Amino acid sequence: MKIIDPLPMYTMWLREMIRFFRMKARLVSSFMMPLLFLAFLGIPLSLLPSGSMPGIPESMNFLDYLAPGILGMTLLFSSMMAGASVLWDKEFGFLKEVLVAPVNRLSIMLGRSLGGMTTSIIQGFMIIGISVFMGVNVSSVSGLLLSIVFMVLICATFIGFGVILATQLGDMEGFMSIISMIQMPIFFASPAFLPMEMMPHWIKSIICLNPFTYGIDGLRGSLVGYSTFPLIHDFVILLVISVVLMILGSYCFEKMEID
Amino acid sequence: MDIVSKEIEDIIEVNKLTKRFNGSLAVDDISFTVKKGEIFGLVGLNGAGKTTTILMLASLLNPDSGSATVCGYDILKEKDDVRRSIGLVFEEQAVDTYLTGKQNLDFTARMYNLPKKVRAKRVADVLNTVGLTDNANVRVKDYSGGMLRRLEIARGMLTYPNLLFLDEPTIGVDVQTRRYLWDYVKRVNKEMGMTVFLATSYIEEADYLCNRVAIMDKGRLVVTGTPEGLKASIGENIIFLKLSKGSEKNFIRLLQGMGYVKRIEERGDLLELSMKEREMGIPDIVRIARENRFIISSIKSHRPSLNDALLHYTGKKIEEE
Repeated sequence: MKIIDPLPMYTMWLREMIRFFRMKARLVSSFMMPLLFLAFLGIPLSLLPSGSMPGIPESMNFLDYLAPGILGMTLLFSSMMAGASVLWDKEFGFLKEVLVAPVNRLSIMLGRSLGGMTTSIIQGFMIIGISVFMGVNVSSVSGLLLSIVFMVLICATFIGFGVILATQLGDMEGFMSIISMIQMPIFFASPAFLPMEMMPHWIKSIICLNPFTYGIDGLRGSLVGYSTFPLIHDFVILLVISVVLMILGSYCFEKMEID
Repeated sequence: MDIVSKEIEDIIEVNKLTKRFNGSLAVDDISFTVKKGEIFGLVGLNGAGKTTTILMLASLLNPDSGSATVCGYDILKEKDDVRRSIGLVFEEQAVDTYLTGKQNLDFTARMYNLPKKVRAKRVADVLNTVGLTDNANVRVKDYSGGMLRRLEIARGMLTYPNLLFLDEPTIGVDVQTRRYLWDYVKRVNKEMGMTVFLATSYIEEADYLCNRVAIMDKGRLVVTGTPEGLKASIGENIIFLKLSKGSEKNFIRLLQGMGYVKRIEERGDLLELSMKEREMGIPDIVRIARENRFIISSIKSHRPSLNDALLHYTGKKIEEE
Protein backbone atom coordinates (compact mmCIF):
# COMPACT_ATOMS: atom_id res chain seq x y z
CA MET A 1 0.00 0.00 0.00
CA LYS A 2 1.23 3.45 -0.86
CA ILE A 3 1.89 5.75 2.05
CA ILE A 4 0.79 8.87 0.23
CA ASP A 5 -1.83 9.12 -2.52
CA PRO A 6 -1.00 12.41 -4.24
CA LEU A 7 -4.26 13.02 -6.09
CA PRO A 8 -6.61 12.46 -3.14
CA MET A 9 -4.28 14.51 -0.96
CA TYR A 10 -4.32 17.37 -3.43
CA THR A 11 -8.10 17.00 -3.65
CA MET A 12 -8.50 17.40 0.10
CA TRP A 13 -6.35 20.52 -0.12
CA LEU A 14 -8.39 21.85 -3.02
CA ARG A 15 -11.60 21.35 -1.13
CA GLU A 16 -10.31 23.42 1.80
CA MET A 17 -9.42 26.17 -0.66
CA ILE A 18 -12.83 26.19 -2.32
CA ARG A 19 -14.58 26.23 1.01
CA PHE A 20 -12.34 28.99 2.33
CA PHE A 21 -13.11 31.33 -0.52
CA ARG A 22 -16.79 30.45 -0.38
CA MET A 23 -17.23 31.56 3.19
CA LYS A 24 -16.52 35.22 2.76
CA ALA A 25 -18.45 36.31 5.82
CA ARG A 26 -16.31 34.09 8.01
CA LEU A 27 -13.21 35.48 6.40
CA VAL A 28 -14.24 39.05 7.10
CA SER A 29 -15.20 38.31 10.69
CA SER A 30 -11.88 36.60 11.32
CA PHE A 31 -10.17 39.95 10.78
CA MET A 32 -12.33 41.76 13.27
CA MET A 33 -10.50 40.76 16.43
CA PRO A 34 -6.93 41.32 15.14
CA LEU A 35 -7.97 44.67 13.75
CA LEU A 36 -9.52 45.76 17.05
CA PHE A 37 -6.49 44.63 19.05
CA LEU A 38 -4.14 46.52 16.82
CA ALA A 39 -6.28 49.64 16.68
CA PHE A 40 -7.47 49.92 20.28
CA LEU A 41 -4.55 48.38 22.12
CA GLY A 42 -1.56 48.68 19.83
CA ILE A 43 -1.91 52.27 18.69
CA PRO A 44 -2.77 53.87 22.10
CA LEU A 45 -0.08 51.94 23.97
CA SER A 46 2.50 52.86 21.37
CA LEU A 47 2.06 56.45 22.58
CA LEU A 48 3.75 55.56 25.90
CA PRO A 49 7.25 56.97 26.17
CA SER A 50 9.75 54.53 24.72
CA GLY A 51 11.55 52.36 27.24
CA SER A 52 8.64 52.46 29.70
CA MET A 53 7.87 48.76 29.19
CA PRO A 54 10.46 46.33 30.44
CA GLY A 55 11.36 43.80 27.74
CA ILE A 56 10.72 46.12 24.84
CA PRO A 57 13.84 47.85 23.55
CA GLU A 58 13.83 51.65 23.57
CA SER A 59 14.13 51.85 19.83
CA MET A 60 10.91 49.88 19.32
CA ASN A 61 7.35 51.09 19.58
CA PHE A 62 4.61 48.93 21.07
CA LEU A 63 2.66 48.53 17.85
CA ASP A 64 5.67 46.89 16.22
CA TYR A 65 5.97 44.64 19.24
CA LEU A 66 2.29 43.70 19.24
CA ALA A 67 1.74 43.05 15.51
CA PRO A 68 3.59 39.68 15.33
CA GLY A 69 1.69 38.60 18.45
CA ILE A 70 -1.63 39.37 16.80
CA LEU A 71 -0.50 37.57 13.66
CA GLY A 72 0.34 34.57 15.84
CA MET A 73 -3.06 34.76 17.49
CA THR A 74 -4.81 34.64 14.11
CA LEU A 75 -2.76 31.59 13.13
CA LEU A 76 -3.42 29.89 16.46
CA PHE A 77 -7.18 30.30 16.23
CA SER A 78 -7.53 29.42 12.56
CA SER A 79 -5.23 26.39 12.83
CA MET A 80 -7.05 24.91 15.78
CA MET A 81 -10.32 25.38 13.92
CA ALA A 82 -8.85 23.79 10.81
CA GLY A 83 -7.71 20.83 12.88
CA ALA A 84 -11.14 20.51 14.44
CA SER A 85 -12.96 20.82 11.11
CA VAL A 86 -12.82 17.04 10.96
CA LEU A 87 -15.67 17.18 13.50
CA TRP A 88 -17.74 19.34 11.17
CA ASP A 89 -17.30 16.78 8.45
CA LYS A 90 -18.30 14.07 10.85
CA GLU A 91 -21.37 16.03 11.90
CA PHE A 92 -22.48 16.63 8.32
CA GLY A 93 -21.72 13.11 7.17
CA PHE A 94 -19.02 14.08 4.71
CA LEU A 95 -16.35 12.22 6.67
CA LYS A 96 -18.01 8.91 5.81
CA GLU A 97 -17.69 9.63 2.15
CA VAL A 98 -14.02 10.42 2.61
CA LEU A 99 -13.32 7.33 4.68
CA VAL A 100 -15.08 4.91 2.35
CA ALA A 101 -12.76 5.90 -0.48
CA PRO A 102 -9.76 3.62 -0.99
CA VAL A 103 -7.32 6.22 0.31
CA ASN A 104 -5.19 5.85 3.39
CA ARG A 105 -6.00 8.18 6.22
CA LEU A 106 -2.54 9.70 6.37
CA SER A 107 -3.06 11.21 2.91
CA ILE A 108 -6.44 12.53 3.97
CA MET A 109 -5.03 14.02 7.15
CA LEU A 110 -2.04 15.57 5.33
CA GLY A 111 -4.17 17.02 2.54
CA ARG A 112 -6.56 18.51 5.02
CA SER A 113 -3.73 19.93 7.14
CA LEU A 114 -1.99 21.45 4.15
CA GLY A 115 -5.30 23.05 3.23
CA GLY A 116 -5.74 24.45 6.74
CA MET A 117 -2.16 25.65 6.68
CA THR A 118 -2.60 27.44 3.36
CA THR A 119 -5.77 29.21 4.42
CA SER A 120 -4.23 30.23 7.76
CA ILE A 121 -1.15 31.63 6.07
CA ILE A 122 -3.28 33.56 3.59
CA GLN A 123 -5.04 35.10 6.59
CA GLY A 124 -1.66 35.72 8.17
CA PHE A 125 -0.48 37.68 5.17
CA MET A 126 -3.62 39.76 5.27
CA ILE A 127 -2.90 40.59 8.91
CA ILE A 128 0.64 41.59 7.94
CA GLY A 129 -0.84 43.81 5.24
CA ILE A 130 -3.19 45.47 7.72
CA SER A 131 -0.34 45.94 10.19
CA VAL A 132 1.89 47.60 7.63
CA PHE A 133 -1.02 49.83 6.69
CA MET A 134 -1.32 50.83 10.36
CA GLY A 135 2.31 51.77 10.48
CA VAL A 136 4.16 48.64 11.59
CA ASN A 137 7.73 48.57 10.28
CA VAL A 138 8.56 45.18 8.77
CA SER A 139 12.32 44.93 8.99
CA SER A 140 13.21 43.30 5.66
CA VAL A 141 11.97 41.20 2.78
CA SER A 142 14.15 38.30 3.88
CA GLY A 143 12.57 38.64 7.32
CA LEU A 144 9.15 38.44 5.72
CA LEU A 145 10.14 35.24 3.93
CA LEU A 146 11.59 33.81 7.12
CA SER A 147 8.31 34.52 8.89
CA ILE A 148 6.61 32.07 6.50
CA VAL A 149 8.69 29.29 8.03
CA PHE A 150 7.42 30.18 11.47
CA MET A 151 3.86 30.51 10.21
CA VAL A 152 4.06 26.99 8.77
CA LEU A 153 5.39 25.62 12.04
CA ILE A 154 2.77 27.36 14.16
CA CYS A 155 0.04 26.03 11.87
CA ALA A 156 1.39 22.48 11.88
CA THR A 157 1.63 22.52 15.68
CA PHE A 158 -1.88 23.73 16.30
CA ILE A 159 -3.58 21.84 13.47
CA GLY A 160 -2.07 18.69 14.96
CA PHE A 161 -3.25 19.77 18.39
CA GLY A 162 -6.71 20.60 17.03
CA VAL A 163 -7.05 17.17 15.42
CA ILE A 164 -5.98 15.43 18.64
CA LEU A 165 -8.43 17.45 20.69
CA ALA A 166 -11.25 16.94 18.19
CA THR A 167 -10.80 13.19 17.89
CA GLN A 168 -10.61 12.79 21.65
CA LEU A 169 -13.73 14.85 22.29
CA GLY A 170 -15.60 13.17 19.47
CA ASP A 171 -18.26 15.77 18.74
CA MET A 172 -18.69 19.40 17.86
CA GLU A 173 -20.55 20.42 21.01
CA GLY A 174 -17.86 19.05 23.26
CA PHE A 175 -15.21 20.79 21.25
CA MET A 176 -16.93 24.17 21.12
CA SER A 177 -17.58 24.14 24.85
CA ILE A 178 -13.93 23.82 25.80
CA ILE A 179 -12.11 25.41 22.89
CA SER A 180 -11.81 28.89 24.39
CA MET A 181 -10.77 27.40 27.72
CA ILE A 182 -7.78 25.97 25.90
CA GLN A 183 -7.09 28.61 23.26
CA MET A 184 -7.14 31.64 25.53
CA PRO A 185 -4.58 30.40 28.07
CA ILE A 186 -2.27 29.36 25.21
CA PHE A 187 -2.60 32.86 23.84
CA PHE A 188 -2.20 34.80 27.09
CA ALA A 189 0.54 32.62 28.55
CA SER A 190 2.85 33.70 25.76
CA PRO A 191 4.68 36.91 24.87
CA ALA A 192 2.02 37.68 22.21
CA PHE A 193 0.70 40.73 24.09
CA LEU A 194 3.29 41.71 26.61
CA PRO A 195 6.92 40.83 27.15
CA MET A 196 7.79 38.04 29.58
CA GLU A 197 9.77 40.54 31.58
CA MET A 198 6.53 42.15 32.74
CA MET A 199 5.06 38.89 34.03
CA PRO A 200 5.36 37.46 37.54
CA HIS A 201 8.10 34.90 37.92
CA TRP A 202 5.90 31.79 38.14
CA ILE A 203 4.10 32.65 34.92
CA LYS A 204 7.43 32.95 33.15
CA SER A 205 8.10 29.26 33.55
CA ILE A 206 4.67 28.46 32.09
CA ILE A 207 5.40 30.79 29.19
CA CYS A 208 8.65 28.95 28.53
CA LEU A 209 6.78 25.63 28.38
CA ASN A 210 4.23 26.96 25.88
CA PRO A 211 5.16 26.08 22.28
CA PHE A 212 3.22 29.12 21.09
CA THR A 213 5.85 31.31 22.81
CA TYR A 214 8.53 30.15 20.39
CA GLY A 215 6.25 30.73 17.44
CA ILE A 216 5.58 34.30 18.52
CA ASP A 217 9.23 34.90 19.27
CA GLY A 218 10.19 33.54 15.87
CA LEU A 219 7.63 35.69 14.08
CA ARG A 220 8.73 38.75 15.97
CA GLY A 221 12.39 38.07 15.30
CA SER A 222 11.85 37.61 11.60
CA LEU A 223 9.29 40.36 11.03
CA VAL A 224 10.40 43.24 13.25
CA GLY A 225 13.90 42.10 14.14
CA TYR A 226 13.58 41.63 17.88
CA SER A 227 13.42 38.30 19.69
CA THR A 228 13.95 37.05 23.21
CA PHE A 229 15.57 33.78 22.13
CA PRO A 230 17.88 33.11 19.19
CA LEU A 231 15.74 32.33 16.13
CA ILE A 232 17.40 28.96 15.56
CA HIS A 233 16.40 28.05 19.11
CA ASP A 234 12.75 28.97 18.33
CA PHE A 235 12.90 27.09 15.06
CA VAL A 236 14.24 23.82 16.45
CA ILE A 237 11.86 23.70 19.42
CA LEU A 238 8.83 24.44 17.26
CA LEU A 239 9.90 22.01 14.55
CA VAL A 240 10.19 19.14 17.02
CA ILE A 241 6.86 19.94 18.66
CA SER A 242 5.02 20.35 15.36
CA VAL A 243 6.31 17.03 14.01
CA VAL A 244 5.34 15.23 17.20
CA LEU A 245 1.85 16.75 17.23
CA MET A 246 1.27 16.02 13.54
CA ILE A 247 2.26 12.38 14.05
CA LEU A 248 0.03 12.09 17.11
CA GLY A 249 -2.79 13.82 15.21
CA SER A 250 -2.49 11.38 12.31
CA TYR A 251 -2.54 8.50 14.73
CA CYS A 252 -5.71 9.80 16.41
CA PHE A 253 -7.36 10.37 13.02
CA GLU A 254 -6.40 6.86 11.97
CA LYS A 255 -8.16 5.48 15.02
CA MET A 256 -11.23 7.67 14.69
CA GLU A 257 -14.50 5.75 14.64
CA ILE A 258 -17.05 6.46 11.99
CA ASP A 259 -20.21 5.63 13.99
CA MET B 1 -6.98 2.89 -12.04
CA ASP B 2 -8.76 -0.20 -13.19
CA ILE B 3 -11.20 -1.80 -10.89
CA VAL B 4 -9.76 -5.19 -10.22
CA SER B 5 -12.45 -7.76 -10.47
CA LYS B 6 -12.15 -11.32 -9.41
CA GLU B 7 -14.18 -13.97 -11.16
CA ILE B 8 -16.57 -15.03 -8.49
CA GLU B 9 -20.06 -16.41 -8.28
CA ASP B 10 -21.02 -14.98 -4.91
CA ILE B 11 -20.17 -11.32 -4.76
CA ILE B 12 -20.90 -11.20 -1.04
CA GLU B 13 -20.30 -14.07 1.33
CA VAL B 14 -21.13 -13.48 4.96
CA ASN B 15 -20.25 -15.98 7.61
CA LYS B 16 -21.52 -15.63 11.19
CA LEU B 17 -21.03 -11.88 11.30
CA THR B 18 -21.62 -10.35 14.73
CA LYS B 19 -21.36 -6.81 16.08
CA ARG B 20 -22.10 -5.48 19.54
CA PHE B 21 -22.58 -1.88 20.60
CA ASN B 22 -22.17 -1.31 24.33
CA GLY B 23 -22.99 -4.91 25.04
CA SER B 24 -26.18 -5.13 23.00
CA LEU B 25 -26.17 -7.16 19.80
CA ALA B 26 -26.67 -4.98 16.75
CA VAL B 27 -25.93 -7.79 14.32
CA ASP B 28 -26.32 -11.27 15.65
CA ASP B 29 -24.56 -14.13 13.92
CA ILE B 30 -25.79 -13.58 10.36
CA SER B 31 -24.76 -15.61 7.33
CA PHE B 32 -25.88 -15.16 3.74
CA THR B 33 -24.61 -14.85 0.19
CA VAL B 34 -25.41 -12.44 -2.60
CA LYS B 35 -25.01 -13.62 -6.17
CA LYS B 36 -23.32 -11.60 -8.83
CA GLY B 37 -25.79 -9.53 -10.83
CA GLU B 38 -28.76 -9.67 -8.51
CA ILE B 39 -30.57 -6.98 -6.57
CA PHE B 40 -30.55 -8.19 -3.02
CA GLY B 41 -32.70 -6.56 -0.37
CA LEU B 42 -32.12 -6.47 3.36
CA VAL B 43 -35.48 -5.64 4.82
CA GLY B 44 -36.31 -4.73 8.38
CA LEU B 45 -37.43 -2.02 10.77
CA ASN B 46 -35.21 0.83 11.86
CA GLY B 47 -32.71 -0.55 14.32
CA ALA B 48 -32.84 -4.06 12.89
CA GLY B 49 -29.11 -3.88 12.13
CA LYS B 50 -29.19 -3.15 8.41
CA THR B 51 -26.90 -0.13 8.44
CA THR B 52 -24.44 -1.84 10.77
CA THR B 53 -24.33 -4.78 8.36
CA ILE B 54 -23.61 -2.47 5.43
CA LEU B 55 -20.90 -0.56 7.29
CA MET B 56 -19.19 -3.83 8.15
CA LEU B 57 -19.41 -5.10 4.57
CA ALA B 58 -18.01 -1.77 3.34
CA SER B 59 -15.05 -2.27 5.71
CA LEU B 60 -15.87 0.87 7.70
CA LEU B 61 -16.72 -0.98 10.87
CA ASN B 62 -14.94 -4.04 12.21
CA PRO B 63 -17.11 -6.99 13.23
CA ASP B 64 -16.65 -8.48 16.69
CA SER B 65 -16.65 -11.95 15.21
CA GLY B 66 -17.39 -13.73 11.97
CA SER B 67 -16.04 -13.01 8.53
CA ALA B 68 -17.15 -11.83 5.12
CA THR B 69 -15.80 -11.37 1.64
CA VAL B 70 -16.99 -8.65 -0.69
CA CYS B 71 -16.11 -8.93 -4.40
CA GLY B 72 -13.75 -11.70 -3.35
CA TYR B 73 -11.88 -9.58 -0.80
CA ASP B 74 -11.76 -10.05 2.92
CA ILE B 75 -13.44 -7.13 4.73
CA LEU B 76 -10.84 -7.16 7.47
CA LYS B 77 -7.63 -7.91 5.63
CA GLU B 78 -8.22 -6.30 2.24
CA LYS B 79 -10.02 -3.12 3.13
CA ASP B 80 -8.60 -1.02 0.30
CA ASP B 81 -9.56 -3.62 -2.32
CA VAL B 82 -13.05 -3.84 -0.87
CA ARG B 83 -13.38 -0.05 -0.94
CA ARG B 84 -12.10 0.17 -4.48
CA SER B 85 -14.69 -2.35 -5.72
CA ILE B 86 -17.82 -0.95 -4.13
CA GLY B 87 -20.02 2.11 -4.25
CA LEU B 88 -21.95 3.13 -1.17
CA VAL B 89 -24.89 5.45 -0.75
CA PHE B 90 -25.30 6.29 2.91
CA GLU B 91 -28.63 6.65 4.62
CA GLU B 92 -27.71 10.12 5.83
CA GLN B 93 -26.42 12.93 3.72
CA ALA B 94 -22.73 12.53 2.94
CA VAL B 95 -21.97 15.33 0.51
CA ASP B 96 -20.31 18.66 1.14
CA THR B 97 -23.05 21.28 1.08
CA TYR B 98 -20.60 24.12 0.45
CA LEU B 99 -19.54 22.60 -2.85
CA THR B 100 -21.64 22.38 -5.98
CA GLY B 101 -23.05 19.06 -7.18
CA LYS B 102 -20.41 18.81 -9.83
CA GLN B 103 -17.60 19.67 -7.42
CA ASN B 104 -18.80 16.96 -5.07
CA LEU B 105 -18.69 14.35 -7.81
CA ASP B 106 -15.34 15.61 -9.02
CA PHE B 107 -14.05 15.30 -5.47
CA THR B 108 -15.18 11.67 -5.28
CA ALA B 109 -13.69 10.88 -8.69
CA ARG B 110 -10.34 12.22 -7.56
CA MET B 111 -10.49 10.34 -4.27
CA TYR B 112 -10.83 7.15 -6.31
CA ASN B 113 -7.91 8.21 -8.49
CA LEU B 114 -9.94 8.22 -11.71
CA PRO B 115 -7.67 9.51 -14.47
CA LYS B 116 -8.26 13.06 -15.61
CA LYS B 117 -9.65 12.07 -19.01
CA VAL B 118 -12.24 9.73 -17.55
CA ARG B 119 -13.17 12.08 -14.74
CA ALA B 120 -14.91 14.93 -16.55
CA LYS B 121 -16.84 12.64 -18.84
CA ARG B 122 -17.90 10.33 -16.04
CA VAL B 123 -19.10 13.19 -13.86
CA ALA B 124 -21.09 14.62 -16.78
CA ASP B 125 -22.55 11.19 -17.57
CA VAL B 126 -23.81 10.41 -14.10
CA LEU B 127 -25.14 13.93 -13.64
CA ASN B 128 -27.06 13.44 -16.84
CA THR B 129 -28.45 10.04 -15.89
CA VAL B 130 -29.78 11.29 -12.56
CA GLY B 131 -31.13 14.41 -14.23
CA LEU B 132 -28.98 16.98 -12.43
CA THR B 133 -27.14 18.44 -15.40
CA ASP B 134 -28.99 21.74 -15.11
CA ASN B 135 -28.15 22.02 -11.43
CA ALA B 136 -24.56 20.81 -11.65
CA ASN B 137 -23.11 24.17 -10.70
CA VAL B 138 -25.54 24.96 -7.92
CA ARG B 139 -24.30 24.62 -4.38
CA VAL B 140 -25.66 21.52 -2.71
CA LYS B 141 -27.12 23.47 0.19
CA ASP B 142 -29.64 24.88 -2.26
CA TYR B 143 -30.69 21.41 -3.45
CA SER B 144 -34.09 19.94 -2.63
CA GLY B 145 -34.35 16.66 -0.76
CA GLY B 146 -34.97 14.72 -3.96
CA MET B 147 -32.05 16.34 -5.76
CA LEU B 148 -29.83 15.55 -2.81
CA ARG B 149 -30.73 11.87 -2.92
CA ARG B 150 -30.15 11.77 -6.66
CA LEU B 151 -26.74 13.33 -6.15
CA GLU B 152 -25.91 10.78 -3.46
CA ILE B 153 -26.83 7.95 -5.78
CA ALA B 154 -24.84 9.49 -8.61
CA ARG B 155 -21.88 9.67 -6.25
CA GLY B 156 -22.30 6.04 -5.19
CA MET B 157 -22.04 4.80 -8.73
CA LEU B 158 -19.53 7.27 -10.07
CA THR B 159 -16.78 4.66 -10.22
CA TYR B 160 -19.09 2.12 -11.92
CA PRO B 161 -18.48 -0.31 -9.07
CA ASN B 162 -19.17 -4.01 -9.34
CA LEU B 163 -21.29 -3.79 -6.25
CA LEU B 164 -23.44 -0.89 -5.11
CA PHE B 165 -24.71 -0.60 -1.55
CA LEU B 166 -27.83 1.49 -1.10
CA ASP B 167 -28.87 2.28 2.45
CA GLU B 168 -32.47 3.54 2.46
CA PRO B 169 -31.94 5.22 -0.91
CA THR B 170 -35.38 6.77 -1.25
CA ILE B 171 -36.00 7.92 2.28
CA GLY B 172 -37.68 11.30 2.34
CA VAL B 173 -38.24 11.70 -1.38
CA ASP B 174 -41.53 12.18 -3.18
CA VAL B 175 -43.35 9.46 -5.08
CA GLN B 176 -42.20 10.67 -8.47
CA THR B 177 -38.51 10.82 -7.56
CA ARG B 178 -38.76 7.50 -5.82
CA ARG B 179 -40.15 5.81 -8.93
CA TYR B 180 -37.46 7.50 -11.01
CA LEU B 181 -34.71 6.27 -8.71
CA TRP B 182 -36.12 2.75 -8.66
CA ASP B 183 -36.16 2.56 -12.41
CA TYR B 184 -32.66 3.96 -12.50
CA VAL B 185 -31.40 1.27 -10.12
CA LYS B 186 -33.11 -1.39 -12.21
CA ARG B 187 -31.52 -0.01 -15.34
CA VAL B 188 -27.95 0.05 -14.05
CA ASN B 189 -28.42 -3.42 -12.68
CA LYS B 190 -29.59 -4.68 -16.04
CA GLU B 191 -27.42 -2.71 -18.42
CA MET B 192 -24.17 -2.62 -16.49
CA GLY B 193 -24.59 -5.86 -14.60
CA MET B 194 -24.02 -3.99 -11.36
CA THR B 195 -24.95 -6.00 -8.31
CA VAL B 196 -27.08 -3.99 -5.90
CA PHE B 197 -27.33 -4.52 -2.16
CA LEU B 198 -30.32 -2.60 -0.87
CA ALA B 199 -31.19 -2.02 2.76
CA THR B 200 -34.67 -0.72 3.25
CA SER B 201 -37.50 -0.43 5.72
CA TYR B 202 -39.77 0.37 2.83
CA ILE B 203 -41.38 -2.90 1.86
CA GLU B 204 -42.73 -1.79 -1.47
CA GLU B 205 -39.25 -0.79 -2.52
CA ALA B 206 -37.85 -4.24 -1.84
CA ASP B 207 -40.83 -5.83 -3.58
CA TYR B 208 -40.43 -3.68 -6.68
CA LEU B 209 -36.66 -3.96 -7.01
CA CYS B 210 -35.29 -7.10 -5.47
CA ASN B 211 -34.61 -10.53 -6.92
CA ARG B 212 -34.14 -11.83 -3.41
CA VAL B 213 -34.80 -10.41 0.01
CA ALA B 214 -33.65 -11.26 3.49
CA ILE B 215 -35.80 -10.19 6.39
CA MET B 216 -33.84 -8.90 9.35
CA ASP B 217 -35.22 -8.48 12.84
CA LYS B 218 -33.32 -7.45 15.97
CA GLY B 219 -29.96 -8.22 14.42
CA ARG B 220 -30.90 -11.66 13.14
CA LEU B 221 -31.77 -12.86 9.67
CA VAL B 222 -35.20 -14.40 9.91
CA VAL B 223 -35.76 -15.68 6.39
CA THR B 224 -34.32 -15.31 2.91
CA GLY B 225 -36.08 -15.87 -0.40
CA THR B 226 -37.55 -14.32 -3.51
CA PRO B 227 -40.35 -11.84 -2.85
CA GLU B 228 -42.79 -14.22 -4.63
CA GLY B 229 -41.52 -17.19 -2.65
CA LEU B 230 -41.90 -15.38 0.64
CA LYS B 231 -45.42 -14.29 -0.24
CA ALA B 232 -46.38 -17.79 -1.35
CA SER B 233 -44.86 -19.27 1.78
CA ILE B 234 -47.58 -17.69 3.85
CA GLY B 235 -50.47 -18.74 1.57
CA GLU B 236 -51.92 -17.99 -1.85
CA ASN B 237 -54.78 -15.83 -0.68
CA ILE B 238 -55.41 -14.06 2.59
CA ILE B 239 -58.86 -13.50 4.04
CA PHE B 240 -59.74 -11.34 7.00
CA LEU B 241 -63.14 -11.91 8.55
CA LYS B 242 -65.21 -11.05 11.59
CA LEU B 243 -67.96 -13.23 13.02
CA SER B 244 -71.14 -11.80 14.48
CA LYS B 245 -72.65 -15.17 15.45
CA GLY B 246 -70.90 -18.31 16.59
CA SER B 247 -67.67 -18.85 18.47
CA GLU B 248 -64.42 -18.13 16.74
CA LYS B 249 -62.78 -21.17 18.25
CA ASN B 250 -65.38 -23.48 16.75
CA PHE B 251 -65.10 -21.78 13.38
CA ILE B 252 -61.34 -22.20 13.41
CA ARG B 253 -61.72 -25.86 14.31
CA LEU B 254 -64.19 -26.31 11.47
CA LEU B 255 -61.92 -24.69 8.91
CA GLN B 256 -58.87 -26.58 10.09
CA GLY B 257 -60.75 -29.80 9.59
CA MET B 258 -61.45 -28.96 5.97
CA GLY B 259 -57.83 -28.65 4.88
CA TYR B 260 -58.26 -25.56 2.70
CA VAL B 261 -56.55 -23.29 5.10
CA LYS B 262 -52.84 -23.16 5.54
CA ARG B 263 -52.71 -20.98 8.59
CA ILE B 264 -55.14 -19.19 10.88
CA GLU B 265 -54.29 -16.34 13.18
CA GLU B 266 -56.41 -14.26 15.50
CA ARG B 267 -55.71 -10.55 15.23
CA GLY B 268 -57.89 -8.77 17.76
CA ASP B 269 -61.44 -9.73 16.83
CA LEU B 270 -60.42 -10.43 13.27
CA LEU B 271 -59.50 -13.83 11.95
CA GLU B 272 -56.73 -13.98 9.39
CA LEU B 273 -56.86 -17.02 7.11
CA SER B 274 -54.15 -17.95 4.66
CA MET B 275 -55.66 -20.08 1.93
CA LYS B 276 -53.70 -22.87 0.32
CA GLU B 277 -55.07 -22.26 -3.10
CA ARG B 278 -55.52 -19.11 -5.06
CA GLU B 279 -59.04 -20.07 -6.16
CA MET B 280 -60.29 -20.51 -2.62
CA GLY B 281 -61.83 -17.19 -1.67
CA ILE B 282 -64.62 -15.30 -0.01
CA PRO B 283 -67.55 -17.23 -1.62
CA ASP B 284 -66.22 -20.54 -0.28
CA ILE B 285 -65.75 -19.23 3.25
CA VAL B 286 -69.17 -17.57 3.27
CA ARG B 287 -70.77 -20.80 2.05
CA ILE B 288 -69.04 -22.87 4.72
CA ALA B 289 -70.07 -20.39 7.40
CA ARG B 290 -73.71 -20.38 6.28
CA GLU B 291 -73.91 -24.16 6.12
CA ASN B 292 -72.64 -24.35 9.66
CA ARG B 293 -74.71 -21.48 11.05
CA PHE B 294 -72.00 -18.97 11.60
CA ILE B 295 -72.73 -15.42 10.57
CA ILE B 296 -69.94 -13.32 9.11
CA SER B 297 -70.28 -9.59 9.71
CA SER B 298 -67.38 -8.48 7.57
CA ILE B 299 -64.95 -10.17 5.22
CA LYS B 300 -62.23 -9.06 2.84
CA SER B 301 -59.48 -10.80 0.96
CA HIS B 302 -56.23 -9.84 -0.68
CA ARG B 303 -53.21 -11.41 -2.29
CA PRO B 304 -50.39 -11.73 0.21
CA SER B 305 -47.94 -8.83 0.03
CA LEU B 306 -44.37 -8.76 1.19
CA ASN B 307 -45.73 -6.80 4.12
CA ASP B 308 -47.81 -9.81 5.16
CA ALA B 309 -44.74 -11.99 4.88
CA LEU B 310 -42.83 -9.58 7.07
CA LEU B 311 -45.66 -9.49 9.56
CA HIS B 312 -45.68 -13.23 9.62
CA TYR B 313 -41.94 -13.69 10.01
CA THR B 314 -41.24 -10.91 12.49
CA GLY B 315 -44.60 -10.67 14.21
CA LYS B 316 -44.68 -6.93 13.43
CA LYS B 317 -45.81 -4.75 10.65
CA ILE B 318 -43.67 -2.09 9.06
CA GLU B 319 -45.63 1.11 8.96
CA GLU B 320 -45.99 2.38 5.46
CA GLU B 321 -44.73 5.90 5.01
